[in-house]
Amino acid sequence: MRTLIFRTAVPYLASLMILFSIFVLLRGHNEPGGGFIGGLIAASAFAIYGIANGVAPVRRAMHFHPMSIAAAGLLISSISGLVSVFAGVPFMTGLWGSIYILGEKIKISSILFFDIGVYLVVVGAIASIALTLEERERE
Amino acid sequence: MAGSSEAQIDLTPAMNLEPVPLLDWLIVMPVAWCIVVGTILLMMRKNTAQQHLVAIPAMGVQVLITAALLSQIIINGPTTMVMGRWLPPFGIAFTVDILGAVLAFTAAVVALACTIYGIKDVNGSGRRYGFYSFLFLLMAGVSGAFLTGDIFNLYVWFEVLLIASFGLLILGSEKGQLDGATKYAFLNLVATTLFLIATAYLYGIFGTLNMADIALKIAQSDGTLPLNTVAGLFVLAFVMKAAAFPVNFWLPASYHTPRVVVSALFAGLLTKVGVYAILRIYTMLFSLQREALEPTVNIDALSFAVAIVACLTMLLGAIGALAQTNIRRLLGFLVISGIGVMLMGVAIGTEAALGGTIFYAVHSILVMTALYIAAGMAAKLCGGAEDMTKIRGIYQKNTLLAAITLMLFFAVAGLPPFSGFWPKLMLVKASIEGAPWWAPFSILLTGFLSTIAVGRVWALSYWKPEDDDNETQDDANAKSPIGVSDFVPLIGLTIIVVVVGVFPQSVFELAYQSAEQLVNPVAYIESVFGSEVVE
Repeated sequence: MRTLIFRTAVPYLASLMILFSIFVLLRGHNEPGGGFIGGLIAASAFAIYGIANGVAPVRRAMHFHPMSIAAAGLLISSISGLVSVFAGVPFMTGLWGSIYILGEKIKISSILFFDIGVYLVVVGAIASIALTLEERERE
Repeated sequence: MAGSSEAQIDLTPAMNLEPVPLLDWLIVMPVAWCIVVGTILLMMRKNTAQQHLVAIPAMGVQVLITAALLSQIIINGPTTMVMGRWLPPFGIAFTVDILGAVLAFTAAVVALACTIYGIKDVNGSGRRYGFYSFLFLLMAGVSGAFLTGDIFNLYVWFEVLLIASFGLLILGSEKGQLDGATKYAFLNLVATTLFLIATAYLYGIFGTLNMADIALKIAQSDGTLPLNTVAGLFVLAFVMKAAAFPVNFWLPASYHTPRVVVSALFAGLLTKVGVYAILRIYTMLFSLQREALEPTVNIDALSFAVAIVACLTMLLGAIGALAQTNIRRLLGFLVISGIGVMLMGVAIGTEAALGGTIFYAVHSILVMTALYIAAGMAAKLCGGAEDMTKIRGIYQKNTLLAAITLMLFFAVAGLPPFSGFWPKLMLVKASIEGAPWWAPFSILLTGFLSTIAVGRVWALSYWKPEDDDNETQDDANAKSPIGVSDFVPLIGLTIIVVVVGVFPQSVFELAYQSAEQLVNPVAYIESVFGSEVVE
C-alpha cells in the first residue's frame, strides 16, 4: 500500500482521526460516544498509519509500548473507582466536581477518568494486535 | 446538555445512600488490588529482574487483605457492597459469606506460594511475556468469582480468569502447549457459552441477576417455572469447568504442558472455581426448588445424576492416575478424582456433606498446588525428566524433598493425620446417611486406588535407589539445582497441610458454618436487602 497518494494523505487523515477520537471520548458522557468507541477510532488511526508508512514509525510515534498504554488505562480506570473511598460511598460511585477555565464552568468527574482509562485500554490493546499483524505481513 | 430539560426522576429508592464503613472496602479490595498490581507489572514487564520484587510483597498484601476479609466476615456475617451505590436488581453487588472468604483466602495463600516458586521457574522470556501480570489478573478473576453476588458478574470473572489462564498456558509457545491450550480453550469456551445461555434463561424468568434476589424469587416460585432445565444447564457448564466425567478430557491434556508453576496454580485454583460455582448456584439458589420436586425421595433426579457423575469422576480419576507414568499427568488425574469427591457432597446436599465438600476444596487447593511444585522439583533434580521411569532415587538425592512429598501423597490419598483425611471422613459419613450404598463405597475405593497410585510413584521414583552405573551424574548434581525459593513455598504449604490435619477443629467450624449459610441463605439475602425482606 505504498502509493504516493495514500502516503501523503495518511498523516493528515490519522491526525484528524485521533482528534476526532478525543472528541468522541469527551462528548460520550451525554451523547453517543465514549471511551470504547473513541479508542477504536484512535487505534484505527494508528493502524492506517502503519499500513502506509510501516510499523516502525508508528511505534516511534506512540513512544510507549501499546501494552503499557493499555495497562496504564486499566490502572487509571481502577483508581478512578477507588477514589470514592474518600467520599464514604461504595466502589465505582461517580464523584462530581467542577473547575472554571476562562470563566467557563467545566464539570469534572471520576466517570470521565474511568472513560479515559477505557479509551487507553482499547487504544493499547487494539493497536498492539494490529501492529503485530502488520509486522507479520511484511516478513 | 441534551438531558437538562427532562423531568427529574427520584432515584433514591434504587440507591444505597448510607455511608459505607471503611471495612466494607475489604470486599472489593482483593479484586481491585490484583488489577492495580497486574497493570503495574504489565508496565514494567521489560524489567525482568525487578518484577518479583514487586510481585511477592504485593501477593503478600493480597493474603493479608483476604485474611482481614475472612476475619471480618466471621465476626459480622455476610456483607454486601453495591457498586456505584445502585441497589439490586439495577446494580452489581459483591456479597461475601464465609465460603467465598475462605476460598479467596486459600487461593491467595496458594498464589503467594506460586509467586515465590516462580522466581526460579519462570525465566526472562516468560516474565517479558507477562507471567506475573497474568498471575495477578488470574487472581483478580478468581477472587472476583469467589466474592461476587451477581450471576452475570460471575460470568465476567470466569472470562477474566480464562483469558489470563490462556496467557499462562501458552507461556513459552511450545508445540505441546498449543495443543493442550487448544483443547482447554475450546472446552472452556463451550462451558462459558452454556453458562451464558443458562444465565440468559434465568434472567428471562426472573428479570434479575442478583443471586440473593434470585434465591428469594425461587423460594417464592410456584413450581411451574422450568427451573430444573436451567439448573441442569448451569450444572453442565460448571461440571465442564470443574473437569468432571465425561467432560474431563481437557484437564489431563493440558495441565502437564505449561511451566510447573502454572500447572500448580491451575490445579489448585481453576477446577475449584467450578466447584464453588456449583455450590453457589446449584446448592444455594436452586435448593428450595429441588426439595419441592420429589418430596418423598431424599435425592431428586438431578442430584442423582450429579451423584452418578461424581462417582464416575472419582473412579475415573483414580484409575487414570494408576495408568499414568508421567508424574504431572498422574497428578492431573488426582485433581479430577478430588473433583468427584467434592461433587458427591454437592449431590447429597445436606449440611454435613456440603461441609465436607468445602473442607475438601480447601484441602485440594493446598495439596494439589504443593504436589505439582514438589513434582517440578523432583523433575529438576533429574535433569527435567517427568516420567516415573526416568526419575530415580529422589530419596538419595534430597531426603527432605522425598519426605515432604510422602506427606503430600498421604494427604492427597486421604490418610491421617493429614488434611485429606477429615473431609473424606465427613463425606463418607454423610453419604452413608444420605445416599445409596455405592456412594460411600466409591469414595473409599477411590481413596484406596489413589493410595496405590501415589504409593507406586513414591516406591519407584523416590525410594528405589538410582542405578549404580551413573556415578558421574551424581557429581554433577552435587550442587543441587533446587534452592531456597523452591523450598520455601513447598514447606510453607506442607506445614499448612499438616497443621490442618492435626488441628482440624477451626476448619471444621468454618466449613460447617459456610455449609449452613449455603443451605439456609437468610443471612446472605439479608445482607443485600436488609432484614425486612425475608419473612
